Amino acid sequence: MATAVHEVTPAEASANPLMESVVVRFAGDSGDGMQLTGGQFTLSTALAGNDLATFPDFPAEIRAPQGTLFGVSAFQINFGSTDIETAGDQPDVLIAMNPAGLKVNIDQLKAGGLVIADEGEFTQRNLDKAKYDSNPLTDGSLAKWQLLSFNISQLTLDAVKPFGLGNKEALRCKNMWTLGLSLWMFDRDRQPIIDWLKSKFAKAPTLAEANIAALNAGHAYGETAELAGPMKQHSIAAAPVEPGLYRTVTGADSISLGLVAGAQLASLPMFFGGYPITPASAILHSLARMKEFGVTTFQAEDEIAAVASAIGASYAGQLGVTCSSGPGIALKGEAIGLAIMTELPLVIVNAQRGGPSTGLPTKTEQSDLYQAVYGRNGDAPLPVIAARSAADCFDCAIEAVRIATQYMTPVMLLTDGYLQNAAEPWRVPDISNYAPFPVTFATETPEGGFKPYARDQKLARPWAKPGTPGLLHRIGGIEKKQGTGNIDYSPANHQEMTDTRRSKIDGIAVPDQQVELGAQGGKLAIVGWGSTFGPIHQAVRRARRQGLDVSHIHIRHIWPMPRNLGTLLKSYEHVLVPEMNTGQLKTVLRDQFLVDARPLNKVSGQPFRIAEIEAAIASYFDRVPGHDEGSLGADDTQLPDPVSGHDDGSLRDVTSPQSA
Amino acid sequence: MNDMTPITTKPKDWETDQEVRWCPGCGDYAILKAVQRTMPELGARPENTVFVSGIGCSSRFPYYMETYGFHTIHGRAPAVATGVKLANPDLDVWIITGDGDALSIGGNHTMHLLRRNLNCQVLLFNNEIYGLTKGQYSPTSRVGTRTPSTPLGSVDRPANPCAFALGSGARFVARGIDVHKNLVGVLKAAYAHQGAAFVEIFQNCIVYNDDVFAPFAEKANAGPNQLWVEHGKPLLFNNGSKGLALDAERLTLKVIDVVGGDVSGVVVHDQTNRGLAHMLVEMPFGEFPMALGVIYDDPAPTFEGAVVEQNRAAAAGKKPDLQKLLSQGQTWQVDKQPHLI
Repeated sequence: MATAVHEVTPAEASANPLMESVVVRFAGDSGDGMQLTGGQFTLSTALAGNDLATFPDFPAEIRAPQGTLFGVSAFQINFGSTDIETAGDQPDVLIAMNPAGLKVNIDQLKAGGLVIADEGEFTQRNLDKAKYDSNPLTDGSLAKWQLLSFNISQLTLDAVKPFGLGNKEALRCKNMWTLGLSLWMFDRDRQPIIDWLKSKFAKAPTLAEANIAALNAGHAYGETAELAGPMKQHSIAAAPVEPGLYRTVTGADSISLGLVAGAQLASLPMFFGGYPITPASAILHSLARMKEFGVTTFQAEDEIAAVASAIGASYAGQLGVTCSSGPGIALKGEAIGLAIMTELPLVIVNAQRGGPSTGLPTKTEQSDLYQAVYGRNGDAPLPVIAARSAADCFDCAIEAVRIATQYMTPVMLLTDGYLQNAAEPWRVPDISNYAPFPVTFATETPEGGFKPYARDQKLARPWAKPGTPGLLHRIGGIEKKQGTGNIDYSPANHQEMTDTRRSKIDGIAVPDQQVELGAQGGKLAIVGWGSTFGPIHQAVRRARRQGLDVSHIHIRHIWPMPRNLGTLLKSYEHVLVPEMNTGQLKTVLRDQFLVDARPLNKVSGQPFRIAEIEAAIASYFDRVPGHDEGSLGADDTQLPDPVSGHDDGSLRDVTSPQSA
Repeated sequence: MNDMTPITTKPKDWETDQEVRWCPGCGDYAILKAVQRTMPELGARPENTVFVSGIGCSSRFPYYMETYGFHTIHGRAPAVATGVKLANPDLDVWIITGDGDALSIGGNHTMHLLRRNLNCQVLLFNNEIYGLTKGQYSPTSRVGTRTPSTPLGSVDRPANPCAFALGSGARFVARGIDVHKNLVGVLKAAYAHQGAAFVEIFQNCIVYNDDVFAPFAEKANAGPNQLWVEHGKPLLFNNGSKGLALDAERLTLKVIDVVGGDVSGVVVHDQTNRGLAHMLVEMPFGEFPMALGVIYDDPAPTFEGAVVEQNRAAAAGKKPDLQKLLSQGQTWQVDKQPHLI
C-alpha cells in the first residue's frame, strides 16, 4: 500500500521536514462547492504523483443558511514529496470564500501562512453574519499572516461573461476560478479537471465552457504578474512510492471493494442490508452499483431490519453484511447478539462519528471501541478489526469476511468519519495475490444425523443452508444444546456453550503484532488504532529523527488481540495511547495485560495534529534535541505529566476515569 | 435452483422430535396441527420450507416443524425473513408471529414487509394478550382489559390487525380461527397467493385470556356471528338467513334479513375489491358478524421478484472482473523512477 506502512529510509529521515509538504484549506459556504473544489484538487494532486491526504470538514446541515458561521464547509489537503499519512496540521494556505469561512478557520493557519480571500464577499451583510465588527481584510487584524484579497466574484463574472449565464449561475463558477489559482500556485495540471468538467457537464456544454473559462482565468490570474509578494509559485517534488497502478480511494470506496473482494474469495454472493446514516451511507451507495458481482443491496426500513435481513441472508447461505455508525450500531445490538448465538457469519461496519446519541454526525471520533468489544447483553464476544487508512480498509474488509466465514461469527469492522471521507492514493492490488478461502457448506447427512452445533477444530459449527435435503434444523436466540442445537437451559450446558463461544473467538488466528516504526522494546511505545495512524506515524518518525527512543505500534486486531501484544507492550518503559475518545483502548490494554498504558485523548471532532503527538512524546524525554517548533499547540490538560511521564494520579481527574 | 416439484408427504413428516411446550389446551396446538395437515396438501418440500418467527408463545412454532427454522428476536421475523427470501427466492417462507410481536415491537417491520410484498405467508396468532410474559395487555386487547400491567383496565384503543395489513398495502388478507376446520383452506389460499399473504388467526390463550373470542368462535355462537366469505358468493351468515347489503346513502354495510333464499340486495363477495375488504375487516362486532376466510386476494408483483430482475438486468452483459473493478476510475502508473511534474 502506498501509505499504510512505510519504512523510513535514512535519506528520508535526514530530509528537511519543512519542505516535505504543503497544507491547503479551502473554506467557504456549504453551498459554494467547497467539497467539489477540494475533491478535484485532490485528484489533480494525485495525478501529479504527490502523495496526499485529505480531510473534508462539512456541516451536518445539508444547506445551512448562507454566510453563517455554522454553514462553513471546508476541505483540507496535505500533499508533498514524502509519504503523507494525515491531512496535515495547521494549513500553510487558507482560501476563504467569505467572512464566515475566514473566521472559522483563520486560527488554524500557520503563523506567516497565506490567506487568499474573496473580497467581493466581504460585504457588511456577510461581515454581520460572521459576527465581525470590522472588515478583517482592512482592519489589520490579519497582520500575523500574509494576505491576498481580490474580488474573486467579480473576476469570475468577468471571465464567464461571454457565456451569457445568469448572475447566480455565473457566481457558481467561483470555485473553479479558485481551483485554477490553486493549480497554478502548486504547479498542477489543469487537463484532468477540464476533462472532468466536460464529462460532468456533457449535457450542458455552455456550463462546461464557462467553468473551464473560470478555471483558466484563475490560473492565468496567478500566472500573469498582477500579483506581487507572497503569491509565489510552489513546486512540490513527487513523492517516492512503490511502482504500480494507482488510483485515489476514500475509505468508503475501499471498504466496498474489499467486501466484494472478500465475498469473491469466499465464493459467496453478498447481501448488504443498510439504512441511511452519516457517514456510513456511502458504502450502501457504492455497493448498489456492483450487482454484477453477486451483490444484493437492500435499503431496509430501519437499522434493526438492516442487520436482521443480513442475518437472514447469511442463514440462507449468502454473506450477510450491514453497516452503520454508532447510533445505528446501538440499535443493531440485539440482532448482533442473535448472530453470535446462532453462530452465523456477518460483517458489521461501523463508520464511527462523534457521540453519544446523535452527537456530531459529520465529525470524526473513535469512541465506539467499548461498544464494539463489549456493547451487547450477555457474554457476547465477537472479533473487532480497525482500519488505519482509506487504503487499509480494503485489506481489513477482506480480513473481516475471512474471519466471519471461517469461524461462523459476526465481525465488527471499525472505520470512522475521517477514513470514510478522506481520499488517498492507493496502489491497486493484484487480486491474484490474495489466497481464496472458499466456504464449504454442509451437504451430506453425517452418520447419526446432522448436528448444527457440531464443532470443527476451530470450534466453528457447520453452515447448512435451507434447501439442502437431509440437513433440516432449527436455530434461534434461545440457548441451545451443544451438538444438536435443541433448546437447552440446563446450567452445565449454558456454561459449556458460553465457554465455547468465548474460546472460539479467543482462538481466532490473528497475526502477531508488529512494530510499525522503531525498536521492539525501549523507552516509549505510542500505541494507536484506526485513523490516528497518520499523525502518530509522522510524529514518531520526527521524534526518532531527533534521536528519541520511541516506537509506533498500531493495532488492527482489537479483538481478539494479537497473542504477543502483552509481552511486546511490557518491553517498553512507557506506553502512551493516543485516541479520539476518552481512553477506550487504553482501558482495554490495562485490563488485558496489566500494563500502565497512559491516555492521550482528543474529542474535538478533528483528527490529531502531528504536533500534538510530538509534544506528548517530548514530555517523556528530559529535553527535546533538535526540536525547532516553539509552540506545539496541544492542550496541556490532555498530556501526561511532562516531567517523567509517570502517572502521579493527577491525570485521572482529567482524562482517565478509572484507576489502574 | 432447488427442486420445486411437488412431493407427497404425510402430516407426520412435518413433526419434529421436540416436546411441544405450550400450555395444555392452548390454541397453538390446533394451529400447529392445521399447518402440519396443510403442508402435504400443498405438495411442499420440507427442505425448501423455512419457518421464521419472532418472540412470544407462537414463535416457538419453528421448533415443532420438521423444516428449516429460525426463531429470531422480538418483532424482527419479517426482517430476517426478507433476507432469507432475497438470498434464496426459491424457498417457501412462513412467518409465525403474534399480536405483540407483529403489531407492537415489530409493527414497523410488518408494515414494510406488507408494502414491499415479499412472497411469504404471515400467520399472526392473535390472542389479544402477552402470554409468554405472563399476561399483560397487548396492542389488540380491547379497552378495559384488566391485566397485571393494567389493574384498572387498559385505556388505549386496540389495533385491528387486518385493517393494519390493508393500510400497509397487503394484497392478501384473511382470517381464521385456531380450532376451525376452515383454517386449512385459508392457509392453502395464503400459500397459493404470490406475494405477502397476511392471515390473522384468532387463537385462544387458555391461561391469560380464555374465551375472549368465544362470542363468535364458540360453536354455539358460530351461526349468527361467523361470516365465512367466499369469492363470487353472496355475503351470507346465520345459515343463509342474514346477509350484508350496501347502505348506499351512508356508503357502508348493513345487515339485512334474507327471506326465502332471495339474495337480491346481498353484496356478492369480490376478493379483489379493496374497498369492500376495508369495510369487511372494519365491521364492529356485535352489530355485525365477524368476517372470516379470504377477505382480500389481489396479487401484485413481488418484492423479491423485482430485486432479482433488477440484479439480473444490472449484471446482464457484464463479466464480473474484480481486477477491473479495482482498477476503475482515474488511475495513473508509477514507474520505478517517480516522474516529476
